[in-house]
Amino acid sequence: MKCDYACGSEEHLIARRQFLGGMTAGGAILGGLGTFATAEAVAKMAKNQKRMIVVRMAGGLSQFESWDPKPGTDTGGPFRAIKTSVPGVHISELLPHTAKVMHHLSMVRSINTNNGDHGKGTYMMLTGRHQAPGQTYPELGAVVARGLDSNALTLPGHIKVTSGGSGGRNNDAAYLGPKYASISLSGGKPPAYTTRPKDVTEAGEQKQNQFRKLANDRFAQRRRTAETDAYVQSFEQAQELMRQRDVFDLSKESDKDRERYGKTQFGEHCLLARRLVEKGITYVQVTHSNYDTHNENFNFHFEQLGEFDSPFATLVADLAASGLLEHTLIVVLSEFGRTPRINARYGRDHWGKSFSVCLGGAGIARGGVVGATNKNGTEVSEAECDAGHLFHTYLKALGMNSRGTFKIGGQKLPVADPAFEPIKELLA
Amino acid sequence: MAADPKQMHVARSLAHTAPFINCRFDPSGQYLLATAEDRAIIRWKLVDDSKVVFSGHDSWVRGLAFSKDGQKLVTSGFDDTLIWWPLLDEKPEPIRRVRAHKGWIRAVAVSSDGTLIASAGNDRVVKLWNMADGKLVQELAGHELDVYSLLFHPDGKHLLSGDLMGVIRQWDVATGKEVRKFEAKDLHSYNGGQRVHFGGVRSLALTADGKQLIAGGLHKATNPLGAVHEPIILRFNWADGKILKKHLAAGVRGVIWRNLIHPDGFVIGCSGGSGGGYLLFWKDAEEKEFHKQKLQDTAREMDLHPDGIQVAAVHWNKKVSMCRLEKKPAAPKK
Repeated sequence: MKCDYACGSEEHLIARRQFLGGMTAGGAILGGLGTFATAEAVAKMAKNQKRMIVVRMAGGLSQFESWDPKPGTDTGGPFRAIKTSVPGVHISELLPHTAKVMHHLSMVRSINTNNGDHGKGTYMMLTGRHQAPGQTYPELGAVVARGLDSNALTLPGHIKVTSGGSGGRNNDAAYLGPKYASISLSGGKPPAYTTRPKDVTEAGEQKQNQFRKLANDRFAQRRRTAETDAYVQSFEQAQELMRQRDVFDLSKESDKDRERYGKTQFGEHCLLARRLVEKGITYVQVTHSNYDTHNENFNFHFEQLGEFDSPFATLVADLAASGLLEHTLIVVLSEFGRTPRINARYGRDHWGKSFSVCLGGAGIARGGVVGATNKNGTEVSEAECDAGHLFHTYLKALGMNSRGTFKIGGQKLPVADPAFEPIKELLA
Repeated sequence: MAADPKQMHVARSLAHTAPFINCRFDPSGQYLLATAEDRAIIRWKLVDDSKVVFSGHDSWVRGLAFSKDGQKLVTSGFDDTLIWWPLLDEKPEPIRRVRAHKGWIRAVAVSSDGTLIASAGNDRVVKLWNMADGKLVQELAGHELDVYSLLFHPDGKHLLSGDLMGVIRQWDVATGKEVRKFEAKDLHSYNGGQRVHFGGVRSLALTADGKQLIAGGLHKATNPLGAVHEPIILRFNWADGKILKKHLAAGVRGVIWRNLIHPDGFVIGCSGGSGGGYLLFWKDAEEKEFHKQKLQDTAREMDLHPDGIQVAAVHWNKKVSMCRLEKKPAAPKK
């Protein structure tokens, strides 16, 4: 795509400054946006920078066994409801640790996406849009990374922590471009391929980069395009990743903290999420798997939420104690909920007509419950909302204008689906 | 009269208003007790199928056990609680409640002399209680995952407990010490993709002479969350703990919710799952079942009547199949 210099988009202005900044750095490696910001300014911006952590409960978390229990009803299942730190608010007994930090969090119990498909549900919850043929929208992480991009940020702003695979860019930023596409992490280790190969010396690497920069500069003076910008940005971020790879290294955390978060994979991922937002990463998405419990739903939720509960509550409590929760939005979401009906195998199936999310932190009112379902959870009875409303709410809570536009290639593209708006009751 | 599984037929059905969970005949054989997803405990008087429904647990009821004299019923719930009931009262009310565990109680069993009741579940601890007064006698710790099944050895000296990991522990009742383990590894799997443990020792039984132990559950769990697995029963030699035989049911998708050894020597397994409900029958030396009987709906539990002829199987469809292991009587001539 040819770059329209006249478009005046913020993105291109930043890219231009970034590019020039690198050029004025003489023989130094292109250092990203941070290269021309003072340390003091960077520290101040970093402190106030908004961040977001999403815990994605892959497969479809049961709302009955988590945020919207219905004990004693025909759909309620065997688990009981317990009190939380918010008077009058109860959640499932499978979340005793989370119950103690609910005063930092809120819940939406009235989501109706009318969708029971994993792929579509994930798309809806992560883009805030209903999937349509021929249209691809950026995921929440890309939108947040793009919307909160600032001079203080030199590392990728969109990180996904998963059970397997780490390294390259994912294809989830759509028209926002590869700079905002996620990088996957796994195993508490820095991204793959971020160390200098053994047969390349430091001096040799510097010469390579100097030559690349020289060629880039020469090319950019006459033939600069969006593609070349993306290319330069990719190199810059890769170099920052190499320089700051310790940011992603969980082994740098204390033994005490590793003990507190537990030795499970999810515990390690929660600690990594804390580490990443402390280091200024804008958006971290942790996946916990798997909740697609068509069979023995109760045994598996006991097992999975038993792993989820304590590390998640520890993460919330730590962020609250450090003050970072003021600047960090936390959301626990799932592609859909699970059926009120308990099937013949003690399972619950896919259900998008009445389910819940839990969220808290930056910009969100604390200890609230928005919306409700009927007595046995078969339908929303109050304040029905869609994934689109939630998407707007997240952005608004982070200080973004969810009704604004991105200027991409001269076009104005809505940041979020214009058909929806933020849920005001959730906002602080 | 000898039982004949191949002639098995459903003589009648009983019904409730919620899907069933468990069932047991009382020691006298006059009553069938069942539990259901509405937390109810249901008692049918079998002579006329009259029904009494009572409740007291704050969750589903999984365990049913009787005092040796048949006067008391002890139920265990997913509410951490054991409740003693006067079984034969017109409308039973709890005699005693004991907050016994932290989390679900998945199994209860009564010792052969009737003095002890054992309980176990998600807190991984096996506990022994005095049947007469509900006092705690012994705590047996060692299981690494949830305990699914319990069985007292008829010698009165030992208790067996089976867990999700497929480990069966033999305990000395008097000392509370672990004697040994039976490894039922076939009954457990860990699915790395779905990141779940699955299976477990769902049921335990001993042959009348105490020389063989059987443990039922599931195997071939290629998709635990999607109910893709098959039933299996392992037969152990009591003397050395080695597996003598694996009883399989090829083509049946499900889990053995309960296995029993019939007085005539064959094994009865109750299977439920995505393939529907079955009663499966195996001879001691054979891997393949000699008979399988498809039931009206997926089965969740079953019990054998003291007469050795009647079998009750409870279903998700709110029905109980009252089966007979004998030839169906000819219809009366008009």
